[in-house]
Amino acid sequence: MSYSAIKVIKEAFTGHRGWKPLWRRPEPKPEYDIIVIGGGGHGLATAYYLASEYKNKKIAILEKGWLGGGNIGRNTTIFRSNYLLHDNEKFYEMSLKLWEKFEQDLNYNAMISQRGVINLFHSDAQRDAYVRRGNSMLINGADAILLNEDDLRKKCPFLNYDNARFPIQGGLWQPRGGTIRHDAVAWGYARAADQLGVDIIENCEVTGFDIQNGKCNAVRTNRGTIKAKKFGVAVAGSSSAVMANAGLQLPIESHVLQAFVSEGLKPIIPGVITFGAGHFYISQSDKGGLVFGGDIDGYNSYAQRGNMTVVEDVCEGGMAVMPMIGKARLLRMWGGVMDMSMDGSPIIDRTPIKGIYFNGGWCYGGFKATPASGKCFAHLLATDESHPNAKAYLLNRFEKGQMIDEKGMGAQPNLH
Amino acid sequence: MKINHPLLGPRNESEFTILGDAKLLNRPNILESNQAQAFYEYLYLRDNPIGMHRELWFHEQGDRSWLIVTRNTLTHEISKVELAANVVNKEGQAK
Ligand SMILES: Cc1cc2nc3c(=O)[nH]c(=O)nc-3n(C[C@H](O)[C@H](O)[C@H](O)COP(=O)(O)OP(=O)(O)OC[C@H]3O[C@@H](n4cnc5c(N)ncnc54)[C@H](O)[C@@H]3O)c2cc1C
Repeated sequence: MSYSAIKVIKEAFTGHRGWKPLWRRPEPKPEYDIIVIGGGGHGLATAYYLASEYKNKKIAILEKGWLGGGNIGRNTTIFRSNYLLHDNEKFYEMSLKLWEKFEQDLNYNAMISQRGVINLFHSDAQRDAYVRRGNSMLINGADAILLNEDDLRKKCPFLNYDNARFPIQGGLWQPRGGTIRHDAVAWGYARAADQLGVDIIENCEVTGFDIQNGKCNAVRTNRGTIKAKKFGVAVAGSSSAVMANAGLQLPIESHVLQAFVSEGLKPIIPGVITFGAGHFYISQSDKGGLVFGGDIDGYNSYAQRGNMTVVEDVCEGGMAVMPMIGKARLLRMWGGVMDMSMDGSPIIDRTPIKGIYFNGGWCYGGFKATPASGKCFAHLLATDESHPNAKAYLLNRFEKGQMIDEKGMGAQPNLH
Repeated sequence: MKINHPLLGPRNESEFTILGDAKLLNRPNILESNQAQAFYEYLYLRDNPIGMHRELWFHEQGDRSWLIVTRNTLTHEISKVELAANVVNKEGQAK
């Protein structure tokens, strides 16, 4: 079933009875060529690219819960490609370009809105660092514009420019960044993958791997043992737990990140704005709610909820940069479990076990990476070669001293 | 979260910073040879368990002592808080 304006009008006149479920509910088959573990954004995108570009047959996605219940349905929907290090910037710019054609490629409305992302700076030194970052973005084919205080005052008159401690001097603006309806991404990939014959199997938790002589032949699940030639693990916050079943210890800690939404308000925030002096970022959803967040809580957690300390910290950040936010009432808040890596950058690589491939370490920024991650992981699974734009995302880079540490924080996952 | 400090009683989590897994106390011996692999594992690999986790917290906004907190990563429930200095004295000094 293809979507079009004509179809929408026809359904409007016939009581919307013609819409069909977006994907089948197949029973697991005993054997597949490739099994993708984890039905979040990355797993779904991987299966979609395996089927569409690499023409693989017999693919299954095994998801322990329901599709879209993980971080793909919990994030604050921001996409951007404003990184400093080339290994990151070229990968995230690839992702941004894929977002720009996502809706046409998948015939699915994900409400992609390139409303722009502005990172505020508050000192001369920070401005210089942002100029450097902007240049790195331009070198890698992305867009970046330095805004001075006057430019910014026209766009965002409501910011606290004269804050005594952190005056706002300007911002680095990426006009092509913005927001996307996050669960539409999951549904869009699921629908497209399903149409290409991928079996999406929900409520199917992988509990073990059958490994013989260093090669994995099957996974054990609560719905039986399923064989395959290759297994791609893309389970985000559960990475360490799933890979421990294969006897591997990862350079990853799981941490909780919280997000917040206010009551619906008239349009006021023009794009995505990030505070440069504390950790606070905000955008406004199409329904009018202010969507904002800040730091991870900082301690290991699998709880999908956080604590008051960070709630206070985020609200203080909001009040510092945008005092008007104090008038808005908070409607809801929630948390998700982040796979924080040791250098803040992701991993898309083989593992020491033949047949098992790993995708993880996305930290709090993996939503924007979804299409590029799927494409690069599919490339690796299909060809056994790293995709040119993901060559640096190796599992053993910590052993080799080839860290990709965007913030220069060292092996301290809660600081990335 | 409230952390029941062995000397000061229950204190708010906001007074503390956390370093991570308490296994960081067992640093490989830098004076021995061929320790590269051991240091790689020490620095970069983590168990990251679901459930009980022994971890190092620093009472930065308080008495600046290091604590070993045993906490459930699924429920955030804290079952034990010890002074790291006492544990190290009992279990042997990190090298
Ligand atoms: C509050 C919050 C805000 C965020 N904001 C942003 C943002 O603005 N921009 C951005 O780029 N990123 C953001 N992120 C990060 C982003 O959401 C994640 O990095 C990304 O979604 C992770 O990839 P995923 O979609 O594949 O993960 P998930 O959706 O979590 O997918 C993993 C799946 O694996 C499944 N699974 C786990 N164990 C098993 C098993 N044993 N067997 C089978 N299946 C299993 C899980 O059920 C889950 O569905 C945010 C995250 C949070 C929590």
